Amino acid sequence: MKKWYDLFDRDTKALIYGMQIKAVQRMLDFDYACGRKTPSVAAIINPSGSNGFSKVFFGKGEILVPVYKNLNEAAKKHSDADVLINFASFRSAYRVTMDALKIKSLGTFAIIAEGIPERRTKEIIAEAKKLKKNIIGPATVGGLKAGAFKIGNAGGMIDNIIESKLHRPGSVAYVSKSGGMSNELNNIIGRNSDGVYEGVAIGGDRYPGSDFMDHLVRYEANPEVKMLVLLGEVGGSDEYEIVKALKEKKIKKPLVAWCIGTCAKMFKAEVQFGHAGALAKGEAETASAKNAALKKAGAIVPVSFDDFDKKINETYKKLVKKGIIKERKDPEKKPVIPMDYAWAVKMGLIRKETGMVSSISDERGEELKYGDILISDVFKKNLGLGGVISQLWFGRQMQDYAHKFIETTLIIVAEHGPAVSGAHNTIVAARAGKDLISSLVSGLLTIGPRFGGAIDGAAQMFYSAYKRGLTPHQFVDEMKKKEINIQGIGHKIKSLENPDMRVVIVKKYAKKHFKKTPLLDYALKVEQITTKKRSNLILNVDGCIGICFADLLFTCGKFSKEEAEKYIDMGALNGLFVLGRSIGLIGHFLDQKQLKQGLYRHAWDDICYLK
Amino acid sequence: MAQRAIREYDGKKMMSDLMGGYCGGKVAVSGKFVKVNSETDLKKLTKKYPWLAKEKLVAKPDQLIKRRGKSKLILLNAPFKEVAAWINQRMNKEIKVQEVKGKLDNFIIEPFLPHDESEEQYVCVQSVVGGDEILFYHQGGVNVGDVDAKAERLFIPMGEKIASDEIEKKLLKNVPENLKKIIASFISGLFGFYVDLNYAYIEINPFVIKDGKVCPLDMAAKIDDTGEFESAVKWGNIDFPPPFGRTLGKEEAFIKDLDSKTGASLKLTVLNPEGKVWTLVAGGGASVIYADTISDLGYGAELANYGEYSGNPDAEFTYLYAKTVLDLMTRKKSSKGKILIIGGGIANFTDVAKTFKGIIKAIREYTPKLKAHKVKIYVRRGGPNYQEGLDAMKNLGEEINLPIEVYGPQSHMTRIVSIALKGKK
Repeated sequence: MKKWYDLFDRDTKALIYGMQIKAVQRMLDFDYACGRKTPSVAAIINPSGSNGFSKVFFGKGEILVPVYKNLNEAAKKHSDADVLINFASFRSAYRVTMDALKIKSLGTFAIIAEGIPERRTKEIIAEAKKLKKNIIGPATVGGLKAGAFKIGNAGGMIDNIIESKLHRPGSVAYVSKSGGMSNELNNIIGRNSDGVYEGVAIGGDRYPGSDFMDHLVRYEANPEVKMLVLLGEVGGSDEYEIVKALKEKKIKKPLVAWCIGTCAKMFKAEVQFGHAGALAKGEAETASAKNAALKKAGAIVPVSFDDFDKKINETYKKLVKKGIIKERKDPEKKPVIPMDYAWAVKMGLIRKETGMVSSISDERGEELKYGDILISDVFKKNLGLGGVISQLWFGRQMQDYAHKFIETTLIIVAEHGPAVSGAHNTIVAARAGKDLISSLVSGLLTIGPRFGGAIDGAAQMFYSAYKRGLTPHQFVDEMKKKEINIQGIGHKIKSLENPDMRVVIVKKYAKKHFKKTPLLDYALKVEQITTKKRSNLILNVDGCIGICFADLLFTCGKFSKEEAEKYIDMGALNGLFVLGRSIGLIGHFLDQKQLKQGLYRHAWDDICYLK
Repeated sequence: MAQRAIREYDGKKMMSDLMGGYCGGKVAVSGKFVKVNSETDLKKLTKKYPWLAKEKLVAKPDQLIKRRGKSKLILLNAPFKEVAAWINQRMNKEIKVQEVKGKLDNFIIEPFLPHDESEEQYVCVQSVVGGDEILFYHQGGVNVGDVDAKAERLFIPMGEKIASDEIEKKLLKNVPENLKKIIASFISGLFGFYVDLNYAYIEINPFVIKDGKVCPLDMAAKIDDTGEFESAVKWGNIDFPPPFGRTLGKEEAFIKDLDSKTGASLKLTVLNPEGKVWTLVAGGGASVIYADTISDLGYGAELANYGEYSGNPDAEFTYLYAKTVLDLMTRKKSSKGKILIIGGGIANFTDVAKTFKGIIKAIREYTPKLKAHKVKIYVRRGGPNYQEGLDAMKNLGEEINLPIEVYGPQSHMTRIVSIALKGKK
């Protein structure tokens, strides 16, 4: 049975205000290490969510913790929970706590937030006093009762908890202002005695919800506690309440005490240390004055923090010698909590076969990388769209003229009127009320051997002939024999005399900037032959781009011959058309929407109905 | 975040703007005061505030200096011309008040109010455990003496209000009858103002009543800055000046700026740039304890800095922080060599190896300087991934051939201090 001096025991259950899954997991890991049969978290309150469940580990298995939107509902459904761990922010912690104080089933409230206005905290304290309820905090990590219950994140990582023997009760109870130092206290006490019985960090605010004496009185009354430890601080006068209690023999158990902040005298001007309350108003509030007063009243006070461990150890040994503490031997075997997968990977303890490989980019670091180039360097080095495509498609940077060439091709293939199949399909889809992506994809899906896809085909065909050492004549003859159209040759209306300006631009660029253009030269000779048959059998824009791009890959010096061949075989060059034309297709989609075009229906008189 | 002192000007401005509302319109607070800082053009001031040219004035620095009268930092009963000259003479000058050196850069000018010393009264409202307390004394001024001992006190428990007649009865016994009503309304309003604006402390010493107006002659106040989200609109555009003499050095200002850019905490105060013992400590509580221990072991005079990094700063911030400390400590050589304490308690969740990465990078960069200054480094830390962090430190020492002693949680937190200073283990 819980006595008045127990805030927690091995059956204590808590409600957690705030979606703090990590803290909940840490509490449950602690429970499991303590050998608790039931988890200490009854439910979570997530004010910005909806009712449901959250999945967490309890030992090796997983359990569902109920989640409620409303605190009152959670408390009603889980009336066995008497602790509220309030993770609400400094803005809302006041409101949440004041409402929660009204709930009968709740008796102890831990307030984690730092930065609650002092006046609001004082209101909370007054209300709690009136209702005889316990507050821990604000501005604290909380506290824990070894082997029984811990508040949220108190005690740190589970291996530290087990290292400091917090999974089972010792004989030493402490109270501290600092939450950050509570972990160090667990360590110091764990190493210099039979361990912590209970520890509370009351928080660094000027007006803590419970003060040192609130807890020391409980510890004094609790027969399991044999020894007390206090870590006080410069500022405030709560330590003098302890001095009074020592003098009045209200505290009789040995108390090892130290107030931090003795260095304050080193500072000429006022210095506010980390805690809001850590500023001395007058001599009595200095750490040195408090240490001296505590010592005078009978507390065991070291000369400096450096002897704190020794004083704890000496005091403990005296109690053992007197027979007040019976030393127990801890079992050799410490409890084992399965390690979190992510942590084990981080620590290099386990490895896992990957299911995927990728060399394109890396978003895991502080800054996104394209290949091995930081996104900020992409701009600093002015890589442009061409440079980015080169990096993401070919995993390398080419020369500026090459990057520019990529951009040139994209501009050239970006659009070719509403009549071509891609644009037509996009328009039809858009007019059918489809969204941008559906309409775009509808157009893109028409790209293939007959529409747009000749870039690859041309590069592959011409390169194959060139590589096999066929003369242009032999090549044309071979294709004729096989009855295959040469990809990249032929235009609906253009001819040598009436050239396609797009082809002119691409050709001119390649001739001007590329180191060599063997494949283009070869293709132009082929064109000489084919145009003799018919004047419109010219090297068309797809063919010209494909062939020039192949020339670029082979001659820029950034690819081995094998690499260049591989990219051509993979169909990389069609990517240029798909990417470029997407620009135009999106334009068509927006155009149709903008013009509010209704559903498209092909005209009857444009269809030849066959009997 | 805590109780922070505000400028007299800002406190008086808030009072004159808002007090009427809190006194039910029964009391007005004089609204004549002007702020002067190094950017103020004194020549243009009389145009904006014509009363400056017409009245006799008071001028004094407004930067949290206590007992200005005793340090001859108040000019009384002077025309504006004299005031301007007096301020010009002092603006941007360094002075010494008691032990503290600091630069004057902020003044307040008010009308000089001829009155008899017997008219001066004292009032103070302060936050105490369980509620608030009003102190009143029917005499005030510089010679009021120990008000703590002699003032009338009224404790107001949390959540309770006070009525004017209760104030009259409990605090104003020794006030002349004709002033009781106005002072009672003033104090009751002051309390409302104090509560509503998240003040933690207001001391007005003295105030006088002139022509039915309350004139606060001197005022000191602290605001609870965590109340910002409730009261910022009423506070207006105020600043929290640093305590007098706490002007930041270049490096301190750099770290303060860095601190404002991260959710983590980075603090640096240089105590003695020629000190032998430098600290680079993780955690607010632990950093104080390290400074304590150095001082308690008798090396306070050698303690060069106080500072901390906490809240899981990333490696880059830790690097910049460490670099700043290393740079400061390798400026002036000491024949005895120097000590760097890289300390910390057992971290809750901070990845020790990760934060050490930044420190290691800085040490690497400063290796030649650290060697030239004969720096010895002592490390102690625990917490997540500490072993990897400590190993990295150990390896660094061997690699760059610099003495780095490394300890983990099995060593008492401050033991490295006694090892470093006294060679005792």
